Amino acid sequence: MDTVTRRKFLLTSGVVGAGALAAGAGAYSLRDLLDTAGDRDPQSRTLVLVTLYGGNDGLNTVIPYGDPAYRTARPELAYPDGEVPRLDDDFGLNPALAGLHQRWSGGGLAIVRGVGYPKPDRSHFRSMDIWHTAQPDRPGNTGWLGRWLDGAGGDPRLAVSFEPALPPLLAGARSAGAAVPVADRKAARGLSAETLTAFAAPEAGESAARGRAAACFADLRSVDEMIRHVRDSTDTEAVDPDGEQATATATGGARTPLDAQLDLVAQCVEAEVSTRVFSVSLGGFDTHADEKQLQAVLLGQVDRALTGFADRMSRTEAGRKVVVAVYSEFGRRVRANASDGTDHGTASDMLLLGSGVRGGWHGAPPSLTDLDDGDLKYTTDFRDVYATLLERVLDTDPGPVLADWRGRLDGLF
Amino acid sequence: MTDREAVAHLLRRATFGPTADEVDAAERAGPAATLDSLLNPNRADRGATATPLPALPPDPYAALTKESTREQRQHANAERREQLQRLTLWWLDRMVAAEDGLTEKLLFFWHGHWATSAQKVKSARLMLGQLETLRRHGRGPLGPLVAAMVRDPALILWLDGQKNTRKAPNENLARELMELFTLGIGSYTEADVKAGARALTGWVVDRRTGIARFETRRHDPGEKTILGHSGRFDGESYAGLLAAQPAAATFVAGRLWFRYAGTDVPAPAGLAGTDTVATLRTLFSSPVFAQTRGTLVKQPVEWVVGALRQLGIRPSKLPEQRRKQLLAGLNALDQVPLRPPSVGGWPAGPAWLTTSSLQARLRTAGMLAAAATPAVLARLTAAPTAGRPDALARLLVVDGWGARTRAALTPLAGEPRTLLAAGLVSPEYTVS
Repeated sequence: MDTVTRRKFLLTSGVVGAGALAAGAGAYSLRDLLDTAGDRDPQSRTLVLVTLYGGNDGLNTVIPYGDPAYRTARPELAYPDGEVPRLDDDFGLNPALAGLHQRWSGGGLAIVRGVGYPKPDRSHFRSMDIWHTAQPDRPGNTGWLGRWLDGAGGDPRLAVSFEPALPPLLAGARSAGAAVPVADRKAARGLSAETLTAFAAPEAGESAARGRAAACFADLRSVDEMIRHVRDSTDTEAVDPDGEQATATATGGARTPLDAQLDLVAQCVEAEVSTRVFSVSLGGFDTHADEKQLQAVLLGQVDRALTGFADRMSRTEAGRKVVVAVYSEFGRRVRANASDGTDHGTASDMLLLGSGVRGGWHGAPPSLTDLDDGDLKYTTDFRDVYATLLERVLDTDPGPVLADWRGRLDGLF
Repeated sequence: MTDREAVAHLLRRATFGPTADEVDAAERAGPAATLDSLLNPNRADRGATATPLPALPPDPYAALTKESTREQRQHANAERREQLQRLTLWWLDRMVAAEDGLTEKLLFFWHGHWATSAQKVKSARLMLGQLETLRRHGRGPLGPLVAAMVRDPALILWLDGQKNTRKAPNENLARELMELFTLGIGSYTEADVKAGARALTGWVVDRRTGIARFETRRHDPGEKTILGHSGRFDGESYAGLLAAQPAAATFVAGRLWFRYAGTDVPAPAGLAGTDTVATLRTLFSSPVFAQTRGTLVKQPVEWVVGALRQLGIRPSKLPEQRRKQLLAGLNALDQVPLRPPSVGGWPAGPAWLTTSSLQARLRTAGMLAAAATPAVLARLTAAPTAGRPDALARLLVVDGWGARTRAALTPLAGEPRTLLAAGLVSPEYTVS
């Protein structure tokens, strides 16, 4: 893909591959798939992927408080020794992550360190694209879980996002995951079921986009079917989008609160729907300025949402088969800038919890002094983690999804 | 393609959605004269005159001090929100009312290109100021536009420019300026980002007056090397350097093609002109532009504003309740003017075609159909029942319905408002 076409793809952040569009125009019928739904293998696990948009500052998430270089590089931004809840003699967690800290003590939190990829890109959009496509050299126009979906039969209900626009990671070459709205599920439609069904029919010779527009009517019907048994989530607390606190430049991420998205995931899991992959997200991590307070607010939301979700999941058989993985498109520069913030960086930590995940440290921590142009050198390729998740959570051979990537993260499960 | 189809295609793309009467007039004038008058309207815009810029009081935060109470702060917050909502509704009203549809749509293009959100800027006055800057320079060459934008208070606040000082530069603005606004990824290096950030140091925004000013002591006057050129660059000379790059003209022309023609057909060579109006002339005159008919997914704002125009609805004339529903509809569709989700702007194409957005479109279509004026409804019901799907196509400026959509619409011919709502969510209307 040339740069301009590439650029178009990444700017659209949510575009579905051309192949998936053509498929939406009629290559598969959701009505056919409906008949086969519901026969989920009770042993199968579920992956919940949490994307933090904007570049979460990894060094102030998992804090190397024992390393003098940490405080030297960011004197104003570093957390003082006494404030850091300890993980061991060298590392601690951000104080806002109290719930996850408790989970760590019980062996229920895995931290993969220094996750990144060769020749790191410091553009939000390009780097997020690389994470979505799992193609660092030449990001294409399919997402890694979209390619998994292609191989898993293409039923959109297998891969669901609670964001209004479909994240690129769920766009396959021949199929695409479903974007399910959080708030509107029971809203009046205005048009009769007959009209909606009539619009779902494919039309010979029409453009891929028009075919996709018609396929939406079919998708809507099948998603309705899926969540019919899922009881309504309580109204999400109204959030003031323009509150007084400082915010970061937006770089994407869902506007629905993370806990509301995870609440819906929990209800779907408990109802044992056929979905194997859920994508949820939170934005706002682009903390170029006044980072400390801002990041603490966001991490507090992450902490409450994740621990609440994990607690709830531990109470049911289906819930105990869920694995949660949290990542961001990059970490931030080791050295602070003059605005009490940090600029775009490279490698960072991934957090994992849930079914069969072995708590504790995985991978090696990057050095704070042996840097690549001011940034951390990655120690674990993110494709190792993806491959391990595909193998151990989605029971899939990672080869076709990840271009025969051989690396694995041993000991994670 | 007939002449009528050609001018309808042109008007659908170049403006926010033409009415049947506008297509009639354009058909009489012919494609060439229609393009000329779109690009160079030579009469005063009565619609713009009828929707003057809102008079916005100063940022309510300016009156606050360290001693202000919690109640005073909450009150200021509420006032800020109210001002922003007023500005958003004014802009929608202007989009509907304007006769110079090309300029109004171009302004929305630039807003999505220099994507700045009120979520962080918070001041309605500064957002309006940025729109006026984009309006002033949006039709012309790139140089003056980039030079004006690097000193635009809203953009500076949005990308932390006021925190970018010579002691430790903040890269946010410099990076997005090159990646998203001028050159595109791949046309600069990380070293250029760092040097560019130094060139942009020194600008601060006074929240009280809403004015951006240059503070010499915060500026890094040293020598910088950017894109292979060395010199004591400041914001203005850096902007000039960027705008003069051939990559910038190509990149911006490509972005115009992306929004006006889509991705199904690659942009023709030699699209970039000396100014934006020249680029648009080449774009709309290109033989391949005709091939893009029926492939471009309307952005939600395009979909809503086009429907408002065709259904005879002026947002400012709607009752309060309906105005709120209109904004709530755009919110559910995930495209609220002045609030792009990301500095990279809004998504495009099939990203808007999800189960989630379909539900929002269904609800908003119902609201729009309910608000359609009696005159519009009368045009529909004037046709015999069997002819109403065709009357609907004329009303909504759709070239024609396919068999699928005709089958969906025909049973609704006896219920004009339901027919209208169904037309608005049809694939033929959603994808233009």
